[in-house]
Amino acid sequence: MAENKNYLNWQKGISSWLLTLDHKRIGILYMITIFSFFLIGGIFALLMRLELFSAGEDFIKTDFYNQAMTYHGAIMVFMVIIPGIPAFLGNFFLPLQIGAKDVAFPRVNLLSWYCLVTGALIACFSLVLNGVDTGWTFYTPYSIRTSTSVIPVVLGAFIMGFSSILTGLNFIVTIHKLRAPGMTFFRMPLFVWSLYSTAIIQILATPVLAITLLLLIAERVLGVGIFDPNLGGDPILFQHFFWFYSHPAVYIMILPAMGIISELIVAFSRQNIFGYKSIVMASIGIAAVSFFVWGHHLFVSGQSEWAGIIFSGLTMLVGVPTAVKVFNWTATLYKGSLKFDTPLLYAMGFLFLFLIGGVTGIILATIAADVHLHDTYFVVAHFHYVMVGGTLMAIMGGFYYWLPKMFGRMYNELWGRVSFALIFIGFNVTFFPQFILGAEGMPRRYADYPLPYEPLNQLSTLGSWFIGGGFVVALIAIVWAIFKGPKAPANPWGAKTLEWETTSPPPHENFSETPQVTTGPYHYGN
Amino acid sequence: MIPLLFFSLKGYAQTSTEKLPPVTDYAEKLDTLYHFLVGISVVSCILVIVAFAYFSIRYRRKSEKEQGSAKVSHNTLLEFIWSFIPLVIFAVAFVWGWILYYDFKRPPENSLEIHVYGQMWNWTFVYKNGKKTTNEFYVPSHKPVKLIMTSKDVLHSFFIPTFRIKQDVVPGIYTSLWFKANRKGKFQVFCTEFCGTGHANMLARMHVVSLKEWEDWLAHDPYKGLSLAEIGKKAFQGRCTVCHTTTKEKRIGPGLSGLMGAKREFTNGKSLMVDENYLRESILNPSEKIVVGFPNQMTPFAGTLSEEELSGLIEYIKTLK
Repeated sequence: MAENKNYLNWQKGISSWLLTLDHKRIGILYMITIFSFFLIGGIFALLMRLELFSAGEDFIKTDFYNQAMTYHGAIMVFMVIIPGIPAFLGNFFLPLQIGAKDVAFPRVNLLSWYCLVTGALIACFSLVLNGVDTGWTFYTPYSIRTSTSVIPVVLGAFIMGFSSILTGLNFIVTIHKLRAPGMTFFRMPLFVWSLYSTAIIQILATPVLAITLLLLIAERVLGVGIFDPNLGGDPILFQHFFWFYSHPAVYIMILPAMGIISELIVAFSRQNIFGYKSIVMASIGIAAVSFFVWGHHLFVSGQSEWAGIIFSGLTMLVGVPTAVKVFNWTATLYKGSLKFDTPLLYAMGFLFLFLIGGVTGIILATIAADVHLHDTYFVVAHFHYVMVGGTLMAIMGGFYYWLPKMFGRMYNELWGRVSFALIFIGFNVTFFPQFILGAEGMPRRYADYPLPYEPLNQLSTLGSWFIGGGFVVALIAIVWAIFKGPKAPANPWGAKTLEWETTSPPPHENFSETPQVTTGPYHYGN
Repeated sequence: MIPLLFFSLKGYAQTSTEKLPPVTDYAEKLDTLYHFLVGISVVSCILVIVAFAYFSIRYRRKSEKEQGSAKVSHNTLLEFIWSFIPLVIFAVAFVWGWILYYDFKRPPENSLEIHVYGQMWNWTFVYKNGKKTTNEFYVPSHKPVKLIMTSKDVLHSFFIPTFRIKQDVVPGIYTSLWFKANRKGKFQVFCTEFCGTGHANMLARMHVVSLKEWEDWLAHDPYKGLSLAEIGKKAFQGRCTVCHTTTKEKRIGPGLSGLMGAKREFTNGKSLMVDENYLRESILNPSEKIVVGFPNQMTPFAGTLSEEELSGLIEYIKTLK
């Protein structure tokens, strides 16, 4: 049987994967890493929801709950949602979408995967020590005082930061230097634009996190007195440093998700995107403003009154380009030819959930309202609507969309839709009640709660089982598709971007001859 | 989608009327702002969802070869309008939030002041006349009250949901909160900044009473006529019960039954028989000697307890056989 040579079979053996310089194979390595950690983070989430099913200390001990809460957050943020789109789908499809053979620095690309794995393993090593219970935010002075193993987790996050910085650097150079002939900046697909704005944040903001985490280690080990009030330090300074990175990091998570949604909506409505340039400008605008809003995490921290007011105003400004994007996507559906395959279902799920996540973000940006809602379940619900309803929906949608290209096989449409329905319904049942719990004053990070909060917590826990079930179905469907799915053609969707012009799966060198670009990315006949 | 929204409105109505009735003018004003924000959020969500639901049904693909047929790829006027309208709404929300926040940040000159200390995992309230309480505090209604707060260890946050106010309590500096309650009642206080094992149990109860009742309460010495051990028992409740039992059962710290005269082994390899001086040191400065098998987690009570309460606690512990 004369099977086509492609990137999956042109070399064999474990070392051909672990030492590969091919961006596609590195993308697959990221895929395996990220989904493995997603599984672990998800199990912690289900354990927490189980404990919260009823008031009182029922299934797990309070100390373990606090650790589960910390690991769930740290794993999902640092090992799943941040690398999820850029490092996995971005690595695979950025060079393909701009008609390049690879990223600019293939060895650095591999190094960044090793940074992620090394950092993740060091962080998880704390599990066999004392665990860690500070929450993923490591707020001082608790993180200085606690007897749990803070240092391995912080060191792990520090190392994982380099993965993010190196990937961002690689993408910026790749986009500037390796575009195919004829592909001007304004002919780039929107996914590439979103990776570009993400990369800018990655290289500018992540070093601040790195410094902050090192200072935290120095404070714990040497007692340098920068954050510890007993030594004359300022614990609120840590919050400023931490959110100076971690708020832009929210946009590291959501911008590439928005890029995927643009691709999906275009491909499944088969017409050009509405307002290409305004979406591009919105991406860059969000990236720029994202650096000046960190203080909205500190409205009740004790920062100055004026700082709070200014941060409230600036946060409102981020809402405008975000709203513009939602309107552009909706307008793109107008007179489209819509086919509700699994990827478009996820895109619609994204629109629905992100909309709710977005408007509740405006409620939280309103400073007086935040004084009441801060650190309650309202905030938990809000950021899950954005991070899961936004980013995770986009990862799943993008994964189904590009799976035929990555593996040359089709998934089963029925199972794709079933898993989407379970996840979507389960998500709303889990997190919508949390808005109400939060408005009613239930604080977050509580291993136990007063009895009046019990009914909505039970509903929320019930929903979490649907989400868990939905992801199990999705996992089975995806594994089946990768190994047993029917052969996929080069372009099963009739999409127009460059990655669909090469074979499925692509050959090692991506394109048999360098593509010549003469039009915008979405040149449908209309 | 419809049941979901219905559900949300139902729950939302409950929020403002049944479970958390506003007690202060500020809380009422905040609820109006919150109603506005939720209302406009629901309306804008419905508008967008109706648009994409309609397009989803209207423009379903009819044949495999079909392509999209919109002729426009952008429309400057439309794009300006849909950027401008959200901007106006956001500006209204911003200014409205600011106006309320301005009040929130400005306690009236004549406020009654109470000092609040957060520590793992209880709240201590100290009144101007020196009266101290733990996890329970009394304020008069119809009088502005200002809480001057600091922490003895890590970050905490003082949250009174029914009053819609919250403020982090930070070691090393004072932060403050003020309110004026319009009616009497008992109100829940939560700690909302994660502070370790006992975080979810770091609760306090606020009693709003009439000015007369409050003055009587303030003048009343709760320990009057009690034996030392009874004073200790009172001081023990709330302060110590998150971490210590009065039996042999371990909680976060050791159980206290049969402690007096027992042999304790410490992490530094030393050991001793429990006596009054050991108990005194372990309450005031617990990090000095850590018993094997327990974390170094207890916050020092130096400065929080009166001499009378300290002696009372020691005598009370002696009675636990």
